[in-house]
Amino acid sequence: MSDHTHDHGDHHPPHPMQPDLEDTPLTYHQSMTLAVVELLIEKNVISADEVRAMHEVIDATSPALGAKLVARAWSDAEFKKRLLKSVNDAAAEFGVDAGPVPIRAMENTTGVHNVIVCTLCSCYPKYLLGLPPDWYKSRAYRSRVVREPRAVLAEFGTQLPGDVDLVVHDSTADFRYMVLPLRPAGTDGLGEEELAAIVTRDCMIGVTCPKAPGSE
Amino acid sequence: MSQPQFQTSERVRVRQWEPPGHIRTPSFIRGHTGIVQQIAGQFRNPEELAYGRKDARLLTLYRVAFAHDDLWPESPPGEQHAVIVDIYENWLEPAERKS
Repeated sequence: MSDHTHDHGDHHPPHPMQPDLEDTPLTYHQSMTLAVVELLIEKNVISADEVRAMHEVIDATSPALGAKLVARAWSDAEFKKRLLKSVNDAAAEFGVDAGPVPIRAMENTTGVHNVIVCTLCSCYPKYLLGLPPDWYKSRAYRSRVVREPRAVLAEFGTQLPGDVDLVVHDSTADFRYMVLPLRPAGTDGLGEEELAAIVTRDCMIGVTCPKAPGSE
Repeated sequence: MSQPQFQTSERVRVRQWEPPGHIRTPSFIRGHTGIVQQIAGQFRNPEELAYGRKDARLLTLYRVAFAHDDLWPESPPGEQHAVIVDIYENWLEPAERKS
């Protein structure tokens, strides 16, 4: 059936190739970034190893750092006060450098649910929580969550009771935001490590709520 | 350092303004009225910092709350929420003044 010049002899269609990164052309800003980095290295302003190490640091941060802070705040009322005052200072107590930009925690209560967005671009507490998910950067999330957050949360599987006030925080300026979620019922006997395990990235963005282990 | 021009709980309007260049005030709140939730400190104007002006002037930053009904009057009922946006003083004017 085939007139392929490249016949494996088994008559299966050729396996589709996953395109390599280099198969799409660089955008203007990608070219500009690479050019500036090369120039800075060439002029000994920064070293190639510093650039590599910074990538490594950013890739090594993960939501687990934020989850530890949340679990401690659930377990220690005094720590919670300090966390609500300054996330960066609270993180430093764990030996974690939460970065140069001040981070604020927005506390969920039984009456208020918070959700975070950056409508302008993709501002996110990345030194604490790692890189943001792709959907956080999408135009759909950024434009819809300020307009119809209940519908957006429902698409993430989160149904908020009608009497809960919803507050959307748009991080347009010199602060980054994370949500301090409400500790779920049925977690009274849990230690900090077990509590941290139920605090996910999406809980700290506010599109979902932590669930007690074993529920659903 | 300058004294904040607006106080907590004061009603403010976001300027209906389309300056060229790097802008940190989203368009969906321009021309809308909100309430100052908090005076969040003073920061160098990021719209100047973006062009390498390291001595950009210090501006008071406000956290301003907007009501859903005001921002999106045409949207269906059931979506009652507030949006809190961080806005620099140069983008705000008293709510009473005409924009």
